[in-house]
Amino acid sequence: MTAEALGLGGVAVLVLGASLGVVLARNLFHSVLWLALALVGTAALFVLLHAEFLAAVQVLLYAGGVVTIVVFAIMLTERLVGDTIRQTNRGILAGAVVSAAVFLAVAGTILRAPRAPAPAATALTTATLGRAILTEWVLAFEVLGILLVAALLGALYLARAEE
Amino acid sequence: MLSAYLLLAAAMFAVGLFGVLTRRNAVGILLGLELMLNAVNVNLVAFAHFGAGPAGWVLALFTIAITVTEVAVGLAIVIVIFRVRRTVDADHLNLLRG
Repeated sequence: MTAEALGLGGVAVLVLGASLGVVLARNLFHSVLWLALALVGTAALFVLLHAEFLAAVQVLLYAGGVVTIVVFAIMLTERLVGDTIRQTNRGILAGAVVSAAVFLAVAGTILRAPRAPAPAATALTTATLGRAILTEWVLAFEVLGILLVAALLGALYLARAEE
Repeated sequence: MLSAYLLLAAAMFAVGLFGVLTRRNAVGILLGLELMLNAVNVNLVAFAHFGAGPAGWVLALFTIAITVTEVAVGLAIVIVIFRVRRTVDADHLNLLRG
């Protein structure tokens, strides 16, 4: 248990530091690299929670796929990738206040919540996940497939070369 | 132990919200959204581990897939906006302002 708490502490520092890097980096390109670190840190959190399959999906789809697309989009749209442009708007103080308020509200709710009796650590395996997807959640799974095709076609249609 | 994960996810969510509210570049706003959705996934997986059963895993998987589609469509829109307006600065995208 102590080893787990220690691992959680280390990963938490990594993830939160990388998250702050995402929103505070002046160069948008650095921001994406911080995001990749935060997403890999989240995958480590999933491993701590014994969700190895989700950790693998996280690294493949997020850290691999999403970061690659975002890098392409930055290279296509940012003419000056440099430190010269201010990246934050005038509402930085209001943004900080709103975010802090949201965090305090959520944290207060979490800390005030009644303690449930120590739950039985359910042994979840990837096989459990697969069975759940293809039985109980099969309709949502199929709809998700339709959504993926629709989003792919939509993105292609929007970004296609102009005739 | 569960509340430690939930607090971490809440902090991550707040940081992402800060990014969404303060970034000028539309791609930067999308990066903040990524952080917020990622925090939700941490919550779902933590609940699944601490007794909620496989539903948390399934929903986290769905969230990941939906986020990927959101990024694909969002970035396509950003590229179209850049083509038309030559900027992706959200402060200058005020076409709908009355």
